[in-house]
Amino acid sequence: MSVLVDKNTRLIVQGLTGKVGLFHAEQSLKYGTKVVGGTSPGKGGESILGLPVFDTVADAVRGTGADATVIFVPPPFAADAIMEAADAEVPLIVCITEGIPVADMIKAKRYLQGRSSRLIGPNCPGIITPDQCRIGIMPGYIHRPGRIGVVSRSGTLTYEAVHQLTALGLGQTTAIGIGGDPVNGTNFVDCLRLFQEDPATEGIVMIGEIGGSAEEDAAAFIKDHVTKPVIGFIAGRTAPPGKRMGHAGAIISGGKGTADAKLDALKDAGVAIAETPSDLGSTMAAAMAKRAS
Amino acid sequence: MKIHEYQGKELLRAAGVPVPLSQVAFSAAEAKAAAAEIIRRTGNEVVVVKTQIHAGGRGKGRFKEYPELGGVKVVKGAQAAHDIAEKMLGSTLVTIQTGDEGKKVQRLLIEQGMNIARELYIGLTLDRATSRVTIMASTEGGMDIEEVAEHTPEKILREAIDPAIGLAAFQARKLAYALGLRGATAHRMVTFLQALAGAYERLDAALFEINPLVITAEGDVLALDAKVSFDDNALYRHKDLEALRDPDEEDPAELEAKKWDLSYVNLTGSIGCMVNGAGLAMATMDIIKHFGGEPANFLDVGGGATAERVTAAFKLITRDPSIKGILVNIFGGIMKCDTIATGVITAVKEVGLSVPLVVRLEGTNVELGKKLLDESGLNVVTASSLRDAAAKIVEMSQ
Repeated sequence: MSVLVDKNTRLIVQGLTGKVGLFHAEQSLKYGTKVVGGTSPGKGGESILGLPVFDTVADAVRGTGADATVIFVPPPFAADAIMEAADAEVPLIVCITEGIPVADMIKAKRYLQGRSSRLIGPNCPGIITPDQCRIGIMPGYIHRPGRIGVVSRSGTLTYEAVHQLTALGLGQTTAIGIGGDPVNGTNFVDCLRLFQEDPATEGIVMIGEIGGSAEEDAAAFIKDHVTKPVIGFIAGRTAPPGKRMGHAGAIISGGKGTADAKLDALKDAGVAIAETPSDLGSTMAAAMAKRAS
Repeated sequence: MKIHEYQGKELLRAAGVPVPLSQVAFSAAEAKAAAAEIIRRTGNEVVVVKTQIHAGGRGKGRFKEYPELGGVKVVKGAQAAHDIAEKMLGSTLVTIQTGDEGKKVQRLLIEQGMNIARELYIGLTLDRATSRVTIMASTEGGMDIEEVAEHTPEKILREAIDPAIGLAAFQARKLAYALGLRGATAHRMVTFLQALAGAYERLDAALFEINPLVITAEGDVLALDAKVSFDDNALYRHKDLEALRDPDEEDPAELEAKKWDLSYVNLTGSIGCMVNGAGLAMATMDIIKHFGGEPANFLDVGGGATAERVTAAFKLITRDPSIKGILVNIFGGIMKCDTIATGVITAVKEVGLSVPLVVRLEGTNVELGKKLLDESGLNVVTASSLRDAAAKIVEMSQ
């Protein structure tokens, strides 16, 4: 079992003919993902990697029966690509693009309201169900099928967690990168709910960052609704206030969104905290062992 | 990107937001001329000389050279403006936001004196909880608004702006009446707020803060201060705003990093870090601190970095004279470990290496990356995990 994506997921790539889109489409194909086509406005009718290319997402959905799309479109056009996918009623939209203007994302998010699509990202590594479906840019080989759900705002920290879980034999059900931008689609609470409801997921790793209040919201949800063991880590404990740390979302302002406030909220919800990013796997293993005893 | 108050006011004025009559001055002579012109046009001898630095807290700040003088001074007459400007320009202002070293003042704003009846607060920024730009208003203008938010949150009124509609007139009226404004002044406030919200959207702003917004004795509504910053991700569609960048306000290393598309923040510690991914970069800083070290910088080389960019990043780190050790932590996804290794080796060969270097590689092409480092003959310590890497670099840089 898994959440959101599995071996039956039919994926298209928006921006398939671009360098990054093409590279990762090929990686996903090699991983065993059912990549069924892609879009590139003006190149409809062509074919690349043996996949059909369409002008529009609506055409691609009609032509391939896709139920997921991954967006590798440059920042100025990415929010438009998200809206196009939502208009074509693609159930799952994963946007990898980093650097989308905030105003564009505000509009795209408004456009998604009342529509059936779920957005993951932007500015994220994507989502993977080991040995079944890889959507995004993560190195596939570090993942193993297993029992732990992973959700994270940071790409490379997700890899760190996954790598440790694999080394300890725990593996992953699904790993989801929700992205580091201040306006994004799927949030921690959405993923926690999915993992809580997934029978195969026995434990959850949640990796947050300074800035915003998504981790505090997650803590409140965990307290009331999550019965599985959750372990957490918050990056940016030592970041100075008012400085933007790469992720547009990672900035402490006015004493809000500090690592300590988030850690306190998570601890209060019964979440075990990994002391360092090297302890993510062992903290999860300990929480699982405690549960079993 | 942040800009100066005078630049912000020029943008607001162009957008139809009322601001006082004012003029920027780069010399005492310009300050005198500006003051004379303002006095001639207003018939009021009172002018305000305001230092233009990005840091806040100017009014309460003090000059190192003139401990009795603050960063904002009300004077009477053009000659007085000249004399104060002469003192301020080239002197160093220390405020709560500049740090102890302060900031050298090189620009002044000369502004008409106002007959202030009330001071209000207006702010616009993204509310992440709702994914909407939100306008905040308070009767507690001129105060530290973060204090107000913490102790009396009920004194901050909020209206979320629908991106498809903009700030609706009824929302602006709600705020105006709630702030206690009536009659023509309330109408002026509505116009002010709608113009302000329109400018925020058109300019792709990240923050507008008008603190204070003043109501004059005559019932006029004006922005007495303007803190303006822009969404860096949207600057590509506002090429004209690039001219407003003040290089004196930016860290030279951070400017150099921008050229290479690197995300770099200068910090005060002694261990230089090069990491891929913002989250992992922050976590690397955290773990260095955990083992008793202090990071000298935040540096995310990003996912698509070439060997040249890695070389540039490495040079940037070694430029900092307080560096006692360097930690490279890479978990390759898009980023390939051999690219990192090649970039680091090239940089060390070009600029040398006088401090310990610990490299931890994991992910795509990790074996190739390690092999390149091993065969390079460089004095590189490899680490098996992030924990191992952090412990080693902290110990070696003692």
